[in-house]
Amino acid sequence: MRRDIVLRVIAKILIPFMLLFALYVQFHGDFGPGGGFQAGVIIAASIVFYAIIFGLPATRQLVPEWIVESMVASGVLIYAGVGLVGILLGGNYLDYFVLDHDPVHGEHRGIFWVEVGVAVTVSGVMLKIFYMFAGRRRDEDNG
Amino acid sequence: MSGLLDHLPALQVVLPLISAPLIVLVRRQRFAWLLTVAVSWISLAIAIALFVKVGQTGVISYAIGSWPPPWGIEYRVDALNAYVLVLVSLVAAVVAPYARISIAAELPREQEYLLFAMFCLCLTGLLGITITGDVFNVFVFLEISSLSTYVMIALGQRRKALVAAYQYLVMGTIGATFYVIGIGLLYLMTGTLNIADLAERLRDVKEIRPLLAAYAFITVGIGLKLALFPLHQWLPNAYTFAPSMVTAFLSATATKVSVYVLLRFYFTVFGASILFEGLPTADVLLALSVAGMVTASLVAVFQDDLKRMFAYSSVSQIAYITLGISLANEAGLTASIVHLLNHGITKGAIFLLIGGIALRCGVVSFDRLRGIGQRMPLTSFGLVISGLSLIGIPGTAGFVTKWYLVVAAIDRGYWWLVAVIVGSSLIAVAYVWRFVEVAYLSEPDERSVKRGEAPASMLGFAWVLVIGSLYFGFDTSFSVGGAREAAALLLGGAR
Repeated sequence: MRRDIVLRVIAKILIPFMLLFALYVQFHGDFGPGGGFQAGVIIAASIVFYAIIFGLPATRQLVPEWIVESMVASGVLIYAGVGLVGILLGGNYLDYFVLDHDPVHGEHRGIFWVEVGVAVTVSGVMLKIFYMFAGRRRDEDNG
Repeated sequence: MSGLLDHLPALQVVLPLISAPLIVLVRRQRFAWLLTVAVSWISLAIAIALFVKVGQTGVISYAIGSWPPPWGIEYRVDALNAYVLVLVSLVAAVVAPYARISIAAELPREQEYLLFAMFCLCLTGLLGITITGDVFNVFVFLEISSLSTYVMIALGQRRKALVAAYQYLVMGTIGATFYVIGIGLLYLMTGTLNIADLAERLRDVKEIRPLLAAYAFITVGIGLKLALFPLHQWLPNAYTFAPSMVTAFLSATATKVSVYVLLRFYFTVFGASILFEGLPTADVLLALSVAGMVTASLVAVFQDDLKRMFAYSSVSQIAYITLGISLANEAGLTASIVHLLNHGITKGAIFLLIGGIALRCGVVSFDRLRGIGQRMPLTSFGLVISGLSLIGIPGTAGFVTKWYLVVAAIDRGYWWLVAVIVGSSLIAVAYVWRFVEVAYLSEPDERSVKRGEAPASMLGFAWVLVIGSLYFGFDTSFSVGGAREAAALLLGGAR
């Protein structure tokens, strides 16, 4: 599909909007449907879309494997780190109420960062799975 | 600093949890190993601190996110799970430093750090299951430990490891699903997931049928995870094909933690309700345990692979633990709980030593091990001592368990059971003797190259557990003392 000009142009136009929508779903998750998981999936989907149109090698250049693997790990680290910050600020583990000057703001801040962690890990895992499957060659299946 | 001490229950789980992603981020084999060792030793220190603190001040309750217990997730440490925490982190603290050479020999270099990350996650899961006071949180940690376990088994050298991991994945997923169905029913009837609160509210539940279903689902689900006799099919393959250090870690901890969950449900959650009486649970469990003790031991005698033989032996040893639960008196529960530790240490030692043999000889089938007693004297001697502990020779940890089991059986008036316990120990003599015969009484294999003893770091840490299995045969103040306290706690909560 690399030669199909219509698909290539449409893809290049659409992908920024897909990422923007992912960010909307991410940050609006507090007030409406959405959140880190959904946003992470949309981010991954936009990259998968890129891979379908422009091929796997180009995608691997755009988002290298090591970045994907780091994303998988750092999301968990962000989430667990929010919990540890709760301890450092004098609360219990995963205590949101102490994260800001008053409990409601603290809650917002805690959930914000936790959802960031979720989005990073989910999109990383989705891409990792995609890369693993897409990277397999047919002859390996039979061997 | 005293502030940090209040957070020990959370840190017990969180430290291994954050070290896993750190290992993946840094991607260095050396760092991965060092961090794993550090975190497993810190975990052991925390577990011991918690054990001591529980002994002094009683139950520790920790509210995650500062949400008060029946609503939020509570971490609750009492005499029983403090004991199990010490066991799990102790085994991890021995296995982690052992792993460096063993893993370097058995895995491709680029996969080593991933195995250590999985090891940390598995440790997180097992410690989490043990420490949490929330039944759904148990499920979450059960999944964390199970998923990481599947990966670790699949990393085994031979291709059959993939099949073994897949087999365990299917069985383990069924187990976890049944468990969730069970707690779903309990939630339906009581509206709570907190263990202490559940026990409280189940007393007032009049409708018995959903509870019965929950009880059945949870028993079968956890029975799958702990390899209760007819549900043990996944275990021999998983143990045989996993990397050596993984087998040692799993055999010493994973099934034991599942037993802990079963104990929790039987005695803390269900014990308080009218459900437990009038049901033939004890008889069924007794029959399955007896069948497991005898059958699995017999199967073990006829195995050609050393690792596989001891895997079947694990099934029969787990049956001793469930036997103690089915007797449901103080001596029986003490035997079960103390056997968590005794068998964990003994079997951990055995699989660590076998890891040394695997490193030197490649395969661990009996026809390749002839005369191993001359070539690897310390390893073979350690295996024989641990084997004696499996049999239950006086002076070893295994004897202590058998003693309490026999006392419990006599308390119940089951004299025939005493004969079965002694009989299955005799079968254990048969399979341990097979190793002795091959190792000491046959001529060394001429074809195989003369090779020396396992590396000092592997042998040393394996021997820590061998000596442990002897030590707990003589000084039972920690092992039996802690177990008896836990048994009293369970029975006190029950009736």
